[in-house]
Amino acid sequence: MIELKEELQSYASCFDRLQQRAGGPAWLRQLRVAAMARFTELGFPTRRQEEWKYTSVAPVAKGAFAFGDGLIQPPEGVDPLAGLDCHRLAFVNGRFRADLSSVLDGVEAGSLSAALNTGNELVENHLARYASYQNHPFVALNTALLEDGAAVRIPAGTILEKPLYLLWLSSGEQTMSHPRSLIVVGAGSQVSIIEAYAGFGEGVYFTNPVSEIVVGENSIVEYYKVQRERPGCYHVATIQSEQQRGSTLHSHSASFGAALVRNDINSVLDGEGAECVLDGLYTGGGAQHIDNHTTLDHAQPHCSTREYYHGILGGRASGVFSGRIIVRKDAQKTDAIQSNKNLLLSEEASINSKPQLEIYADDVRCTHGATVGQLDADALFYLRSRGIRAEEARNMLIAAFAGGVLDRIRMGALRERLEEMLRQDLQSLLPVQQAAGHASAARSRLHEVP
Amino acid sequence: MLSIRNLHANVGDKEILKGIDLEVKAGQVHAVMGPNGSGKSTLAGVLAGRELFEVTAGEVLFEGKNLLEMKPEERARLGLFMAFQYPVEIPGVSNMYFLRAALNAIRKERGEEELDAVDFMQLVQEKTRVLEVGENLLSRPVNVGFSGGEKKRNEIFQMAVLEPRLAILDETDSGLDIDALKAVAAGVNAMRSPERAMVLVTHYQRLLNYIVPDFVHVMYDGRIIRSGGKELALELEETGYAGLEETVAAQ
Repeated sequence: MIELKEELQSYASCFDRLQQRAGGPAWLRQLRVAAMARFTELGFPTRRQEEWKYTSVAPVAKGAFAFGDGLIQPPEGVDPLAGLDCHRLAFVNGRFRADLSSVLDGVEAGSLSAALNTGNELVENHLARYASYQNHPFVALNTALLEDGAAVRIPAGTILEKPLYLLWLSSGEQTMSHPRSLIVVGAGSQVSIIEAYAGFGEGVYFTNPVSEIVVGENSIVEYYKVQRERPGCYHVATIQSEQQRGSTLHSHSASFGAALVRNDINSVLDGEGAECVLDGLYTGGGAQHIDNHTTLDHAQPHCSTREYYHGILGGRASGVFSGRIIVRKDAQKTDAIQSNKNLLLSEEASINSKPQLEIYADDVRCTHGATVGQLDADALFYLRSRGIRAEEARNMLIAAFAGGVLDRIRMGALRERLEEMLRQDLQSLLPVQQAAGHASAARSRLHEVP
Repeated sequence: MLSIRNLHANVGDKEILKGIDLEVKAGQVHAVMGPNGSGKSTLAGVLAGRELFEVTAGEVLFEGKNLLEMKPEERARLGLFMAFQYPVEIPGVSNMYFLRAALNAIRKERGEEELDAVDFMQLVQEKTRVLEVGENLLSRPVNVGFSGGEKKRNEIFQMAVLEPRLAILDETDSGLDIDALKAVAAGVNAMRSPERAMVLVTHYQRLLNYIVPDFVHVMYDGRIIRSGGKELALELEETGYAGLEETVAAQ
């Protein structure tokens, strides 16, 4: 227990310095204090906790991370989606950078810090109202150290032609940042939002983003998360959405980089007739660990959710998929489908896949399925027998597997970038010396629903 | 073009091929017939480079080169093609994308320029006319949801596009209705040429009514026990494979 306190000590001093340095309204200062108190109580999670059973955050807990410098100049070429036709807001180590952002016309999107200091009531009404810091230590830490981030308001009835792109860059040795996004989409609007996480430099950093998204009545939101952190870094993220009546949220998460990745992606369907699609692609090689925890909370009747998560794991990479679906007592006529498919490219790669259905209503349809497999040796041979090199044949099959999720991305330009990222990563996913058609007895565990 | 000498092959510990000798020259069509379990498909699989089979003795020369040392893709690039008995379904990979990648791999090997999408489409349209392959099949994932007949037509269509030097058709006739059989046979016959050889592996004589072979070989228990002209197939059609055991015993 003494050791645990030491772990938290560096965060406590960061918090003290922040409270002295940063301004902000009284309610924010109180929020930080409450979140820090909760973080101190909770501490970093251990594998004894069910939600963290397969993910050790010891490397994060043992590191003594300090705030990264928000003023440094990123080099050319660090934007993983450079050239995309979009409105762009850029952040370095969590701090908004007007100099790296593009001008937005008619879109209220900018620095969260600025919004906090000008007494913007949107922020006061919504910030920290969805992502609860009570139960999640990393959300608590993010909230305790909240200083800047993105504040986005899409007024009712807005149709945004170009996507809104939030680029979060991190850099530094043993530095941390706690990106915070608040996105409030008004009724009857339609918008595409991309949040991408990348880094530069050689240092090991820790990024701990929290995004809160309010999807207003009858609005349509396409939300994309692209995780392309530097190798060896840590990324622990929470995306919490709240959906109102008749709204549609298509959430897509693509995870490529970092050493340790944890995503908590949750949506509460809090109005009748809301629809949510959660798509995810995660890839890992080397010793990467990628944990996706999703929760779909059906709080109201006639809501439907579709969830498709595909994982591609090679090397000694390990993956976790936990898909929780809650159907509340009043949420009759719920229609929920969940699927998690995994492709293991080596004997040492592993996946723990666990659906959790909690159904309290009686007139619902909920299905789930999980698969773990290797590349189809017959398909590989078939392709090779037509003259296609073994490596190319493997890449074709891997791309086809990823296509099961990527093909569902409607934004063509983004889809192509993600396909390109996958191609770039294939080498690290698959050792070249591995024989084609090598059928491995990969370790895997599929949990039955209790 | 193809010389098989004393070929022995195992699956696991079991010897399936027990000494095959076969000489195939350019322009010839050979039929390899035999009952189930005689080793016909193993022979086709060994020639295509399936890893399931372990060659324990003998040699196979293709265009003067040691075929057995080559990877499956190297064999294909040298001009070998196998029409699969059970074509594999490959979800997520479109027929056109796959076939263009294959053709360009082979063209590259031959020192020819790779075809761009437009030229490739043109080539494909020519071939689909001859083979009665529905163009809608081409945009679909490889063999996914194809009927048995569509799968076999797709094999022959691939052969027509890739233009191999040596084609091995592994039970391409099995499971085909008469219309599909005629279409497949027409496709194969259209490809017969003095530079190209074919080996038809089949259980039934029926295919040979439509593709008339120059030579017929009868396999039994891992060996070729009789060879002859096309009339041998007709003889087998009358007597069936039942008399083979006696033939072997007599030898």
